[in-house]
Amino acid sequence: MVAKNYMYRLFGHSPVKPLQTHMEKVVVCVQELIPFFDAINKEDHSEAKTLQKSISKLEKDADKLKKDLRMHLPTGLMMPVSRTDLLEVLRLQDQVANKAKDIAGIMVGRKMSFPADMGPLFVEYLQRCVDAAEQALATVNELDELVETGFRGAEVELVKSMLQKLDKIESDTDKIQIKTRATLFKIEKELPPVDVMFLYKIIEWVGDLADLSQRVGSRLQMMLAR
Amino acid sequence: MDYATIYITLAIVFGLFMAWGIGANDVANAMATSVGSKAITIKQAIIIAAIFEFAGALLAGGQVTKTIRKGMIDAELLSSTPDLLIFGMLASLLAAGIWLIIATYYGWPVSTTHSIVGAIVGFAAVGIGIEAVHWGKVGTIAMSWVVSPLIAGTIAYILFTSVQKLIMDTPNPIDNAKKYVPYYMFLVGFMIALVTLFKGLKHVGLEMSTGENYFIAVSLGLMVMFLGKWKISKINIDPNEDKDFHFANVEKIFAVLMMVTACAMAFAHGSNDVANAVGPVAAIVGIVESGGQVAQNSVMPIWVLLLGGVGIVAGLAMYGSRVIATVGSGITALTPSRGFAATLAASMTVVLASGTGLPISTTHTLVGAVLGVGLARGIGALNLGIVRTIFLSWIVTLPAGAILSIIFFFILKGIFAA
Repeated sequence: MVAKNYMYRLFGHSPVKPLQTHMEKVVVCVQELIPFFDAINKEDHSEAKTLQKSISKLEKDADKLKKDLRMHLPTGLMMPVSRTDLLEVLRLQDQVANKAKDIAGIMVGRKMSFPADMGPLFVEYLQRCVDAAEQALATVNELDELVETGFRGAEVELVKSMLQKLDKIESDTDKIQIKTRATLFKIEKELPPVDVMFLYKIIEWVGDLADLSQRVGSRLQMMLAR
Repeated sequence: MDYATIYITLAIVFGLFMAWGIGANDVANAMATSVGSKAITIKQAIIIAAIFEFAGALLAGGQVTKTIRKGMIDAELLSSTPDLLIFGMLASLLAAGIWLIIATYYGWPVSTTHSIVGAIVGFAAVGIGIEAVHWGKVGTIAMSWVVSPLIAGTIAYILFTSVQKLIMDTPNPIDNAKKYVPYYMFLVGFMIALVTLFKGLKHVGLEMSTGENYFIAVSLGLMVMFLGKWKISKINIDPNEDKDFHFANVEKIFAVLMMVTACAMAFAHGSNDVANAVGPVAAIVGIVESGGQVAQNSVMPIWVLLLGGVGIVAGLAMYGSRVIATVGSGITALTPSRGFAATLAASMTVVLASGTGLPISTTHTLVGAVLGVGLARGIGALNLGIVRTIFLSWIVTLPAGAILSIIFFFILKGIFAA
C-alpha cells in the first residue's frame, strides 16, 4: 500500500543537474580535440584515429544524456525556467558535441594534415574555441545557484558578467578565425584544391564550437529575463 | 439501554481505526516537505511527528472536533430520535475509513477531511432530511477548501521572497542567514502558540487572559529563537562545501529552521486532522453519556482527543514511518530554504483554520504552499499533472463519502433500530 504517495509524486526530477551533466560531457568531448589536433600536427595518424574514436564515444554518451533528460521533461512540469528555453539550451549544447565529432571524423576520414607552419595557429584557434565551451559550462553550472536565489539579485549579476566573458571569448575566436583564413589564403595556391576546401571547412566548424557555445549563453540570458 | 456500551465501543473502534489511517498515511504527506529537503533525518521526522501530532491533537484539536461533531448538522431536529445521529456518525466513520482504504490502495490522493465531511453531510441530507444540514456552515467549509491552498500559496510566496531579499540575494548570505533565521524561528513559535492559546486550553485545565496569552506566546517564540540561535552557532561552516554549490552552508543554517517548522507542521496537522477521527466519536459519546439527549452544550471529554492522538501515533509507528521513508528518499528538488517556506506557510494556514474550527485538508494546503514557492521560481520541477489529480480527487471524494455513509446508515439502522 505504500508505493503511490502523491506528495512525493508532486516533486518532479529537477532538470538542472542533468543539464549540467550533459554540458560537462560535451566539454570533455570538445577538450579531446586538443590532443587530437596535436596528433594531426605531428602527423601521428594512428593516435589521431584513437582520439577520434574517443571523441565519437563521448558524443554518443552526451547524446544519451540528452535523450534521458528529454524523457524526463513531460509537459505539465512547472519549472523556474521555460521548457522551451531549457530544451533549446540542451539542443545547442548537444550540437557543440556533434560539431566536435564531425571535425574529428572528417579529419581522420580524409587523413588531413595542417599545411606547413599552420599547425600552431590551428591549435591556438581551437584552444580559444574550447575556452568558449568551458565558459558556457561554467555559466550552465550557475543554474542551480540561480534556482536557489529565485533568479534574482547578486547571482544574476554574476551570471551576466560570466556571459559577457563568454561573448568576449567568442569575439576573440572570430579574430583568430580571420587570421587563420588569411594565412591559409596566402598559401592556398600551392596546395591541392580539395584539401584547401576542407581546411576552410574545418576552420568554419571549429569556429562553430565557439558560436554554438555563445548561443547556449544567449539562451541562458533569456532564462534570466523571464 | 444496553446499546450504550455497544455504541461507544463501536465508536471507539471506528474512531481509532480512522485515526490510525491518518497516522499511517496522511502524516507522511504533512512531513513530506520536511524530510524531502533532507534537513531532518527520517528518524527525526518520525519522532517529531509522534510528539507534535499528539500535542497538536490534544491541545489544539478541540475546535475542529466541535465543528465535525455538531457544526454541520441541526441536532434539534433529532432530539426525539437520538439514535439516528448515532447511526449516522458511526456510518460516517465507517464510510470515510473504508473510502480511505480504497483510495490508498489505488493511490488516489484523497483527503481524510473531505471524506468525513462528505460522509456526514451525506447521511444527514438523505437519512434525515435536506433541512438537517447546516448548509451555511458546510458552504463555509467548502469555501475554506478553495481558500486555504490559495492563502498558503500566497504566504509561501511572500516568505520565500523575503528569504531571497534578506539572505540569498545579498553579497554575504551566510552572515545574513545567521542574523535573520532566528527571527523566522520566533515567528513560528509565536504564531503557533498564539493561535493555540487564543482558542483556549480550557479542556486541559488552563484558562488565561489575553495579556497572559500574548506573554506566553512571546516567551515561547523567544525560547524557540534562542534555542535555534544556539543550534546555529554550533554549525560548522566549511567554505570547501561552497565550491560546487555556493549556498551549501546557508542551507545548513536553514536546516535548523526546517526542524522547527517540521514541528509546527506536525502540530498543525494533528490539530486539524484529529477531528476527522474523533469528531464523530465525540458526538456519539455526548449523546450516550447524557442519556439520549442530543445535548448541544455538553463539554467534550478530553479522553476523546487523547484517543485520536494515540491512534495517529500508533498508525505512524506501525505504518506511517515506512511511507515517510519512501517520501524522504524520493524528493530531490527541494532544499531546506524552500522546504521551510512551504512548510511554514502551510502550518500557519492550517493552525489558523484549526483555530477557527474549519476542517481543511492539510495536504491540499501544503500543495498550495509548494506551488507558491514554485511560482517564485524556487523549485526545480513540479508535476502539475499531480496537482490536477489532487484537486479532482476531492470532487470525487465528497459524493463517494456521502454514498458510502448513506449505505452504512441504513444498514446500521436496520440492525439496531429494528
